[in-house]
Amino acid sequence: MLFFTRWKAAAILITALVVCLFAVPNFFSEKTIARWPDWAQRHIVLGLDLQGGSSLLLEVDTNAVRKERLQSLDDDVLRVLRQARIPFTGRAIHGNGVDVHITRPTDVKTALDKLGTLSQLMSGIVGASGQRSVDISENGGTITLAPSDAAVTERIRQAVDQSIEIIQRRVNELGLVEPSIQREGIDRILVQVPGLQDPTRLKEILGKTAKLDFRMVDLSMTPQQAAETHPPPDSEILSGQNGEKYLIERRVLVSGGDLVDAQPGFDQRTSEPVVNFRFNSTGARKFAEATEQNVGKPFAIVLDNQVVSAPVIREPILGGQGQISGNFTVQQANDLAILLRAGALPAPLTIVEERTVGPGLGQDSIRAGEHAAYVGAALVVFFMFATYGLFGLFANIAVAVNVAMIFGVLSMLGATLTLPGIAGIVLTVGIAVDSNVLIYERIREEVRAGRTAINAIDAGFTRALATILDSNITTFIAAAVLFYAGSGPVRGFAVTLGVGILTSLFTAFTFTRLIVAYWVRVWRPRAVPI
Amino acid sequence: MRLLRIVPDNTRFDFMRFRRFSFPMSAMLSIAAILLYFYHGLNFGIDFVGGTLIEVQTRANPADLASMRATIGGLHLGEFQLQEFGAPNDVLIRVSEQPGGDQAQQAAVQKVRDALGSTVDYRRVEVVGPSVSTELLSYGTIGLLSAIIAILFYLWFRFEWQFALGAMIANVHDVVLTVGFMSLTRVDFDLTSIAALLTIVGYSLNDTVVIYDRIREMLRRYKRMSMPDLLNVSVNATLSRSIVTHVTVAMSLLALLLFGGQAIRSFTATMMFGVVLVGTYTSVFIASPILIYLGVGTGRMGGAEEPETPPAAPPTASQPPKTAAPAPRRVRARR
Repeated sequence: MLFFTRWKAAAILITALVVCLFAVPNFFSEKTIARWPDWAQRHIVLGLDLQGGSSLLLEVDTNAVRKERLQSLDDDVLRVLRQARIPFTGRAIHGNGVDVHITRPTDVKTALDKLGTLSQLMSGIVGASGQRSVDISENGGTITLAPSDAAVTERIRQAVDQSIEIIQRRVNELGLVEPSIQREGIDRILVQVPGLQDPTRLKEILGKTAKLDFRMVDLSMTPQQAAETHPPPDSEILSGQNGEKYLIERRVLVSGGDLVDAQPGFDQRTSEPVVNFRFNSTGARKFAEATEQNVGKPFAIVLDNQVVSAPVIREPILGGQGQISGNFTVQQANDLAILLRAGALPAPLTIVEERTVGPGLGQDSIRAGEHAAYVGAALVVFFMFATYGLFGLFANIAVAVNVAMIFGVLSMLGATLTLPGIAGIVLTVGIAVDSNVLIYERIREEVRAGRTAINAIDAGFTRALATILDSNITTFIAAAVLFYAGSGPVRGFAVTLGVGILTSLFTAFTFTRLIVAYWVRVWRPRAVPI
Repeated sequence: MRLLRIVPDNTRFDFMRFRRFSFPMSAMLSIAAILLYFYHGLNFGIDFVGGTLIEVQTRANPADLASMRATIGGLHLGEFQLQEFGAPNDVLIRVSEQPGGDQAQQAAVQKVRDALGSTVDYRRVEVVGPSVSTELLSYGTIGLLSAIIAILFYLWFRFEWQFALGAMIANVHDVVLTVGFMSLTRVDFDLTSIAALLTIVGYSLNDTVVIYDRIREMLRRYKRMSMPDLLNVSVNATLSRSIVTHVTVAMSLLALLLFGGQAIRSFTATMMFGVVLVGTYTSVFIASPILIYLGVGTGRMGGAEEPETPPAAPPTASQPPKTAAPAPRRVRARR
């Protein structure tokens, strides 16, 4: 156990050195590191709990996605049956499906054939198993169509992907520094913005679906009449910003999807804040047609089912450009422009978790963590020296190398250091000395058993290492489970604990042994000084 | 230089004799812990029950808790708590979960922010909605259970099944007592508490495994020594290591407890209790003697009744394990 070839010794020292060197970028500022080669730039990222910032967990409203899917299926059923000229009654959405009763029993087979075209084979992995997008069943002339589970799941996945893209655009437009946006689980999105102290505006921007429609105002009756009796089937009552009611047609003239640009500005006459927008060519054509046909009538700009304004069309708008005004403040106009440029979310988002840490607390936590680390290390170093003397010194060197290596590995991984993570490192210092303690105690025992010094040292290492391996693997399993089951700061703790166990195994098996072997070769001790 | 020896060389303390005290005591404490959990409950943090936690630093020093309480009370947000946190002008505000789903929580935070205005600096705002809190709790529990099971399988693979079972009993004992401690002290039970519990699991096992390793070695080396004797030798041989290691870990934890800041205090306090107090006690007084009851080395205990057993075996070892009341005696470690 105490013999190392020159090559082996060199390999151990070089490994330790290289791993430690990876920690170097952490001591320099971001600006300095930026000039270094790519591979040398990796460094530890401070968690939001240490550097301050805001973390929001958003949930995509999967019910809205389901409902929307069902609504469009309902529209499709209507279209298909009308095209095929098949009479039907009682078309309605029931639970998770659309029911439709075919009037003439002779038509049922044709209807099933026609409606069958709505159900496509799913593409991709789900498709390989023969899954279709719509389940169709028939019972006594009533046909039920329901989106399959696979189709709904696929749609939710797409909705989350789209949402991430749109959030990305919105957050970038806000000019926030280094935001991180990632998917969490099936229907969640984690948005983390370092340095953000008050996420109120961010939450407002993310909380809006920003679905913009241009629709006609229904003038066949007043909103009051509609509310008292029944609104016409193709219209609905929507409220404005101050709660006033409008009767608006359901049919959409042009939607926000046709916008290519939106910029905040000021109205030339009234100089109130407005949003100027521009349509793409399809949008421009549709808008021109609609305004030509409806000169003198009011139309409504509807944002997330709320009427922003309902101006009267004075003349056809042919250039594909327009202006939205609605008693905005400058910030509101700004935000609306951002939302319109970034596009509408496929489904509403809900904030299910928020964690914001101010910079003051972060600073305090770093200071507290450093403090604890120094005091803890000092206590341990002193105690080890008092207990094992020279060998205690060896152990202390090994622990120092160990801590440097932990920082090196964390840098290589680009890991996030959190306050619990610092606790993990401090705890690792305690655990790392355990390997040395196990070895030294074993050596003491072997000496008592009457072995010669060198023999005892050799036997001590051999016997202790098996135990060290066993005991560390159990702790490592706990750290691994913690990593998979935990979230956020707890993960940070699991990472440092896990890495700490690996590096302490390395130092126990190689580094400490190397130091002791070298010492034995140089001093040829008669007695073991522990 | 004279080196520190906490445990004198050749210590031969009869640990196994204490199993008649340690087992009933642990059983009673475990029952007490379980009763505490059910009747006193845990002080669940917002991670697991949802709600809002706001840490503010007031411009006025010390903070005027009474006026803040009145301000927030005027918002009608249901149950809330104010508490000084670390410094006299640091206040922790907890607002219980609002009825009405995730959006209602956000509205509540905004209300508090508006009401307190610029009289305070916001150091930390945490809002956990109902959909997340239930998930966090179930993930935490699953994590803890799967860790215990994973470790159990590892030990089963490395040792015999009795050792794995013994370690698991010891482990569950540690977790139960620590949960009892948390219930008694009303320490916040949040995500970091799960982390603490898992670390305790890993760490207490670490200690148990070191002793088990020695027991296994002894079982191979001394074929005829009686089980209680063998366990005593093993525990005594590893005693010095146990104590030195626990002192160093306790020192690390003490540093964290004193200087690590308020944010991780409940975490370190729990670890201190679990790792240093329970973990150590368990591996010596529960995990080791339980091997006797689980039937490790029964062959050698019964072996004394066989006619060909040499008289070298200690005479008291001839009794069956369950009723064995080994008299304290010197352990003869033969090499």
